[in-house]
Amino acid sequence: MTKQEEKGTYGLMAEFDSPSAIVAAARRTYEAGYRRINAYSPYPIEELAEAIGFHHSLVPLVTLIGGVLGALGGFGLQYWTSAIAYPLNVGGRPLLSLPAFIPVTFECTILLASFGAFLGNLLMNRLPQPYHPVFNVPSFARASQDRYFLCVKSDDPKFNDAETRAFLAGLGAKEVSNVES
Amino acid sequence: MNTNYAPPADLGRVQKVATGVGLIGVIVWVISTVISGKPKDTFFQSYLVAFIFWTGMALGCLGLLMVQYLGGATWGLLIRRQLEAASHTLWLMLALFLPIALLGLHTLYEWSNGSEDPKVQALIDHKSPYLNPTFFLIRGIIYFTIWIGLTTLLRKWSKQQDESLDMSAVQRAQNLSGPGFVIYGLAVTFAGVDWVMSLDIEWFSTIFGLVILIGQGVSALALLISIGVYLSGREPMSRVYQSKHFHDLGKLLLTAVMVWAYFAFSQLLIIWSGNLPEELPWYLERFKGQWRWMGLALIMLHFVLPFLLLLSRNLKHNARRLMMVAWLLIIMRFVDLIWMIAPEFNRAHGGQVAHYGLAISSYINYAAAMVGVGGVWLGWFFHQLRQRALVPDNDPQLNEVLARAEHVLSFEGH
Repeated sequence: MTKQEEKGTYGLMAEFDSPSAIVAAARRTYEAGYRRINAYSPYPIEELAEAIGFHHSLVPLVTLIGGVLGALGGFGLQYWTSAIAYPLNVGGRPLLSLPAFIPVTFECTILLASFGAFLGNLLMNRLPQPYHPVFNVPSFARASQDRYFLCVKSDDPKFNDAETRAFLAGLGAKEVSNVES
Repeated sequence: MNTNYAPPADLGRVQKVATGVGLIGVIVWVISTVISGKPKDTFFQSYLVAFIFWTGMALGCLGLLMVQYLGGATWGLLIRRQLEAASHTLWLMLALFLPIALLGLHTLYEWSNGSEDPKVQALIDHKSPYLNPTFFLIRGIIYFTIWIGLTTLLRKWSKQQDESLDMSAVQRAQNLSGPGFVIYGLAVTFAGVDWVMSLDIEWFSTIFGLVILIGQGVSALALLISIGVYLSGREPMSRVYQSKHFHDLGKLLLTAVMVWAYFAFSQLLIIWSGNLPEELPWYLERFKGQWRWMGLALIMLHFVLPFLLLLSRNLKHNARRLMMVAWLLIIMRFVDLIWMIAPEFNRAHGGQVAHYGLAISSYINYAAAMVGVGGVWLGWFFHQLRQRALVPDNDPQLNEVLARAEHVLSFEGH
């Protein structure tokens, strides 16, 4: 194999036909020392994320930050408008009327927390992404139907085309294909 | 009984311990009642709080029993036996209701006595077609008939499922649960109005029934988590319970805590915005003295702290930590009921309010009543729980519950 060919390879894609098979295969791949791996399934499989060594996501933190900003912003806006910028006596109530401020504060918390979750997801998944090499594998279309895929990327330090191919085949993959970059 | 999931022998010991602790509670309760100087008042006031709390525990479980049939989720299978055992204690609560309606009514409810104040008397007369001792008793019996009727039918069909593989019994339980939950919810609302809201002759709040209802749900889920932690440490349920199940129960508890805060706050917001003289005093009283601190404790420990803790996925996966939150919420349920009920007794019979709070001895009296009735309740509950296998062995969903891995349930289980 020449250097040129390796450069054109994104990685190797192994195809499995059951969720148990891919979880087992992903675990063994991780245990074998591969780290630049990714898995694809038609629906979320919680153990699969753990199996490929994916433990922590920053999305909850971004959501929390969004929520806190929303709470402070929503409350601050009401406080500023009704107590500082345009003080108005409503039925003799204090200008800072906590019970009345809570619904808007709550809604703003939810709004910015959702923005945080949505945008955080897009950013951290580097979306939108018009081109991704995995779609060069013809059978990958079934990743959203009934097949499960495990991809070992070529930039993994342990990656070696022949060895990795044999290793993946040994895990019970239906097919191992080359992913062109 | 299917021996695969027979209750652990240890459960009999737990039943005895619960009853024993309850007995100590009763002794403390009796002593603190006698030395209080006004034994009849003291007794029925703490009795009412304990009655409302433990009836609420049973009713929360009955509600969840119907919810799990409606939802058809796998967590329902895991807790169905506990829910059925807890619902059965409604027979006990029916027996404990009768003393309130027959003996304690005039001690507890101002509307059952006349008033020297002509304005209050006019109000009592106005409400008397509904709020009168006979109708109070009849309504109470109607509520219990509805709840016990639902319990009896659901338990009967559940037993039929144990005896045969025929799924039609479960189908009937599911069909009943929809309309059953509506009727149950109405009965809980009316009971909340009768037993708690009518303590104040003038006050009313239309969301009050839902505040009571969701509080019962919080109690029930906290109980289920505690029982779950106990059972998961022993054969046979140690083979069944997994951290994912506690995760599910924790999520339900988080939801219940949030809904409680939502309803409780809605009531405050509506009354605060309305600013009407017949609604507002209920809150104004509770913003003074000890009640004020109790109210703040409710905000912080019944909502803010459990809410923040239950957001954590790791905490929900850790059964013991989850149980700590559950116990905190059980205590706060008790505090919430004291906060709702006890201030009413400060100004019974139009008397002047001396101070906004209770003496330490009164708190001991309330707590002892709660433990005393609770011991009897838990004894009854554990006795029922020991009668049957701890999971419905014939249910086709059982494989999903037992599956060690999440993904197996969706595709390979078939």
